[in-house]
Amino acid sequence: MKLTTALLATSALVVSAGVASAQSMTIVSWGGAYSASQKNAYHDPYSEKTGVEIINDDSSAEAVAKLRAMNEAGNVTWDVVDVVGADAIRLCDEGLAMEIDHDEVLAAAPDGTSASDDFGDLIVSDCFVPQIVYSTTFGYRTDMVPAGVEAPNDICDVFDLETYPGKRALEKRPINNMEWALLCSGVAKEDVYDVLETEDGIAMALAKLDTIKDQTIWWSAGADTPQLLADGEIFMGSTYNGRLFSLIEEQGQPVGMMWDAQVFDLDGWIVPTGLSEERTKQAMDYLFFATDTQRLADQAKYISYGPARASSAPLVGKHASLGIDMAPHMPTDPANAANTFLFNYEWWADYRDDLDAKFQAWLAQ
Amino acid sequence: MTSTSDSSAEQAAASGPMLAADGTPLKKSIARALRMQKLRALALIAPLLIFILVTFIAPIADMLFRSVENQIVSTTLPRTITTLEGWDGSAGEAPGEDVFAALYYDMFVAAEAKEHTKLGTRLNYEQTGISSLFRKSGRKLDDLGKDYQKPFEKAAKDLGDGAAFHALMTGTGPSDSALLESTRARLEALTGDSMAGEIGFAPGAEISALLPLTAAAYADFAVFTARVDGDAPADEDPWEAVYTALAHDLATPGTIEKIASYTGPGAELLQAAADVAPSLPDYRAFFEDVDEDWLDVANWSTIQTYAPNYTSGYFLNAIDMQKTPDGTALRDDDERIYIMLFKRTMFMSLVITFSCILLGYPVAWLLANLPMRTANLLMILVLLPFWTSLLVRTSAWKVMLQQQGVINDVLVWLGLVEDTARLIMINNQLGTIIAMTHILLPFMILPLYSVMQTIPPTYLRAAKSLGATNWTAFWRVYFPQSIPGIGAGSILVFILAIGYYITPEIVGGTTGTFISNRIAYHISSSLNWGLGAALGAILLAAVLLLYWCYDQIVGIDNVKLGG
Amino acid sequence: MAALTPVKPTPASFYVPVVAAAGGFAGIFVGTAQGATLLGLVAGAALLAGIALLLAGALSEKEKAGRWGLFVLMALAGFTLGGLMGGIIGALFGWFFGWFIYWLSTGRYRQKLVPYLTPGQVLWHYTFRVICGAIFVFLITPIIVVMPLSFNAQDFFTFTPEMLRLDPDGFSMKHYDDFFTNSDWQNALWNSLTIAPMATLLSVTFGTLAAIGLSQPHVPYRQAIMAILISPMIVPLIISAAGMYFFYSRIGLQGTYIGVVLAHAALGIPFVIITVTATLVGFDRSLTRAAANMGANPTTTFFRIQMPLILPGVISGGLFAFITSFDEVVVVLFVGSAGQKTLPWQMFTGLREQISPTILAVATILVALSILLLATVEILRRRSERLRGMTPA
Repeated sequence: MKLTTALLATSALVVSAGVASAQSMTIVSWGGAYSASQKNAYHDPYSEKTGVEIINDDSSAEAVAKLRAMNEAGNVTWDVVDVVGADAIRLCDEGLAMEIDHDEVLAAAPDGTSASDDFGDLIVSDCFVPQIVYSTTFGYRTDMVPAGVEAPNDICDVFDLETYPGKRALEKRPINNMEWALLCSGVAKEDVYDVLETEDGIAMALAKLDTIKDQTIWWSAGADTPQLLADGEIFMGSTYNGRLFSLIEEQGQPVGMMWDAQVFDLDGWIVPTGLSEERTKQAMDYLFFATDTQRLADQAKYISYGPARASSAPLVGKHASLGIDMAPHMPTDPANAANTFLFNYEWWADYRDDLDAKFQAWLAQ
Repeated sequence: MTSTSDSSAEQAAASGPMLAADGTPLKKSIARALRMQKLRALALIAPLLIFILVTFIAPIADMLFRSVENQIVSTTLPRTITTLEGWDGSAGEAPGEDVFAALYYDMFVAAEAKEHTKLGTRLNYEQTGISSLFRKSGRKLDDLGKDYQKPFEKAAKDLGDGAAFHALMTGTGPSDSALLESTRARLEALTGDSMAGEIGFAPGAEISALLPLTAAAYADFAVFTARVDGDAPADEDPWEAVYTALAHDLATPGTIEKIASYTGPGAELLQAAADVAPSLPDYRAFFEDVDEDWLDVANWSTIQTYAPNYTSGYFLNAIDMQKTPDGTALRDDDERIYIMLFKRTMFMSLVITFSCILLGYPVAWLLANLPMRTANLLMILVLLPFWTSLLVRTSAWKVMLQQQGVINDVLVWLGLVEDTARLIMINNQLGTIIAMTHILLPFMILPLYSVMQTIPPTYLRAAKSLGATNWTAFWRVYFPQSIPGIGAGSILVFILAIGYYITPEIVGGTTGTFISNRIAYHISSSLNWGLGAALGAILLAAVLLLYWCYDQIVGIDNVKLGG
Repeated sequence: MAALTPVKPTPASFYVPVVAAAGGFAGIFVGTAQGATLLGLVAGAALLAGIALLLAGALSEKEKAGRWGLFVLMALAGFTLGGLMGGIIGALFGWFFGWFIYWLSTGRYRQKLVPYLTPGQVLWHYTFRVICGAIFVFLITPIIVVMPLSFNAQDFFTFTPEMLRLDPDGFSMKHYDDFFTNSDWQNALWNSLTIAPMATLLSVTFGTLAAIGLSQPHVPYRQAIMAILISPMIVPLIISAAGMYFFYSRIGLQGTYIGVVLAHAALGIPFVIITVTATLVGFDRSLTRAAANMGANPTTTFFRIQMPLILPGVISGGLFAFITSFDEVVVVLFVGSAGQKTLPWQMFTGLREQISPTILAVATILVALSILLLATVEILRRRSERLRGMTPA
């Protein structure tokens, strides 16, 4: 029933795109500069156009948990939720996110390419409307690079305490860290997940991480690494490339960014199941508005995340207040994407619990 | 004493029962007054008691229940579980064809209801890899049915038509209500929604006897379509599983002969299907083809071990153990974490309690021995942190303790510490201990102060005038009298410390976090709610035990708050 | 307080070494900062010994002038050495040593002590006070430290060099501006201001009634009931939060205003119970009997006799309940949703998700609020004791 309602609602919507009603809708996102960019690029123009008041909820980090609880209660209070690709798959699997017919709900590209072709492979789940491409990468203090040594430009520099002494910051979970550790233990990029499946592979990765363990601060929130870098608490640390961009360009901190083996990931929208027909319609209307070619390109004015549509890339312009070209700061820029690492969603869905237990046990030792 | 009551009893016996003003016997009157008083007191308390029970105690009981709850296996794979009962994993053989057949039909419904991945996630906590096994299988289930559906439709186009199939399955004559009811019950358990109500279909008893599997598969389809999707079963094309079931029924010896004599609606369709003479579906080979892990005994053992509706699995996990087919066993070394975390929580709480005693005792002593006005003024210094937002104090400690923070800056400025060798005081145990000692110190000072206020200063003077040294006077006279205060403060601080969450989260790093942080992690990120609840239950038990001790030693009534 | 011991000047052989020792101690720091520890110690000791001789010897009669002179001199010395900040530190040193020298040399330090104490005991007495002082510093410093940081012109949590130089460019009100203009913060403030009073009202109403019930002489299962009512204070917050999260989700209260209010009311109740029962302990029951005797019905008795007397307890319990709700972050994180985002929640987000000292500005405002509330409670407590005819204790 849910699926059919959704389809009915969406087809009705395509006919009468742009329902104007003075209501409010709750949009869930990650907070900080990222939410601000969405506010500027999507929410404000949308509110202006339709009069719908948009309430921001920065709960994306707990989206799966909260949606599950809301669904159990049959009282879903969120209308549109911004989640990473992995969470979208999880939510879709559990029936917590609505399946979406991309070509019917979303706008086609200006040249007529259908939405599903325009997004291409980035539609990792039927429930997922991709929005941006981001990378998890390393930032470092340029003023703390030892004299006579060139700035770090290889992922393995993270593990090289001799050339680059100083504290590191890594995320407090196995994802990404294990892959990097294996890459720097001599495992080929394409073999990483096969090796990580074995006990020996896990031991190898943890042994590599052991070499920097006592020099590492483990972060859990996106703001940690930028704050630690700004305070000079660490020499280098992993975080999202958009956070580093704002630290370097907007706040002028002496920090550099490293583009090597950065982990490529996706972020986008889902619509929860269990919404009333009217709210579903509203949500779909918002998605139609917020994910067209121009608006996705607009978001890139405020934050350095790559728009998920192929057709948006040429439209990426200059930063809204700094006036610098944004394209070279995008993770999708060819120069930056020369050596990216592809994150394996499927693999992590299986091994997450197991590796997490091992990783946490290792951390606590 | 005895004689008085004796004599009054004699008096009472002599002059009959003593009477109250209104003429009722005094004893009765007093008893009634007492009862009235009790009732009035209870009536005053009742609203709050009910309020607390509903808003606070019930939620906690509900959460604790999750630590043993495990219905998901038996509601998602009910028929599989039943057939799996006889299987013995120790032989090293995957279960037989009947189990795989049951799994196929259970999975099909579960996949339609999108419940199979939830079970996959649940079982993945116990056995790595089940999550993707279920997800992958869910996607491929249609394939088997399609292989059979095509030849059927080729033989008679109407076999693929919803209305025609509906008529065939409805048949004539009495309907098999038992089948329908059991289907409803099963789907209700699976989805958690009510399946009662008109569904526009009743399986014919005759057809259900003739084609039992098909009737069951179609009933699943019909109930689900009507109650979950909200469509009429007759308008929708049957699920692929129905065709697999039909093939299975037709390949069962004796069915084809019976079909020849069947005359109900759609008899000619059935005959056409029978003429296709499909082979018996090989469910096991199908699942093996999807993923050979389905033949892995370990996966099946896990399903069997976690089949019961209630499990001790989460609790075992919470103490670093696990359920295996041969009973319980310790987890691998590299996965043990919770016992260590519990021990660390206890140890750090003890250290924090001890530092609070160390810092709180002199301050309380000073406050108790200063003139009232000065003491009240100084009391503000104790109460101000107590009243200041926890987050403010925690972030203040972050500002103070970090390597580029205030304390390090001052030390470097004073030249006590080299700029390159700044002290590491945050993101470790030290950071947590310092910040939490600060936060909990008022909880130690206040009870200590109230006890010390009651100790007359003359005792100390008396001891000294009798020749005791300062130390002896303090240690032998004053200190013993202040022990109740230490006890009260310590238990209070300890109880509050072992449940702390925010402060360790912000200043604790990896080595300074508590069990609470792990509970929060399981509840909001890993979504292993059962494990989170089990850890919570253990923590709660520890706290309640301490609470009970507190009640015994101090009495709950004697909790005092500043001011 | 009258002097316990007659004040008589002490010999120079006493105060000069003591002041010199203190000077040496201070000199260590100044010296180390300049890279010469030993020199600092010796110079500090010598300097202070000289000053002590001068002040206590030659200027013993002109205490005021002596202290001011030292104060200004040290401030000037500090200023030439280390700018404005150095000047302030120098002034503090000057003030302290001026007071210290006269305090020792005139013998005032024994004024408030019993006369039979040995010098060792006097020393211990003051050492103990210094230790206690250090603990008070430990208690209060973190709260003081965040205040100047909230005026940081930068967006980070550290003292910038400009701030340490007391350069006006290093300070700004922008984080306060942000707090008062940013809609996120204003919404959070508004939510806190609508949730906390409602939760307080609920806890105070139910809590006061129950406390009166509990203070009756014959209450069956008193101990058990009390244990249940106090439990929200004892159960670890994370457990309460998780339980409420699941249960309120089930009954549709998760993410609603009512849900958060109920949760906060439950958390505030123990404080009301504790404070009100404490007030009722000193309540003279004959007063209500007298009222009843004179024909007042129970309602009148309650509102006219009992209520005014226990009111201070009720209000201070209410304040506790209010601050509990106003400060609470764990439960609201779980039970609330964006529509109920409270101030602490926004602060928590601020600490974890975005870098902004706005939370320090909020912190400063909240500390000011705490001081205000604290003063209120103190006044109420005094009033209550006066009303109940107890001596202030």
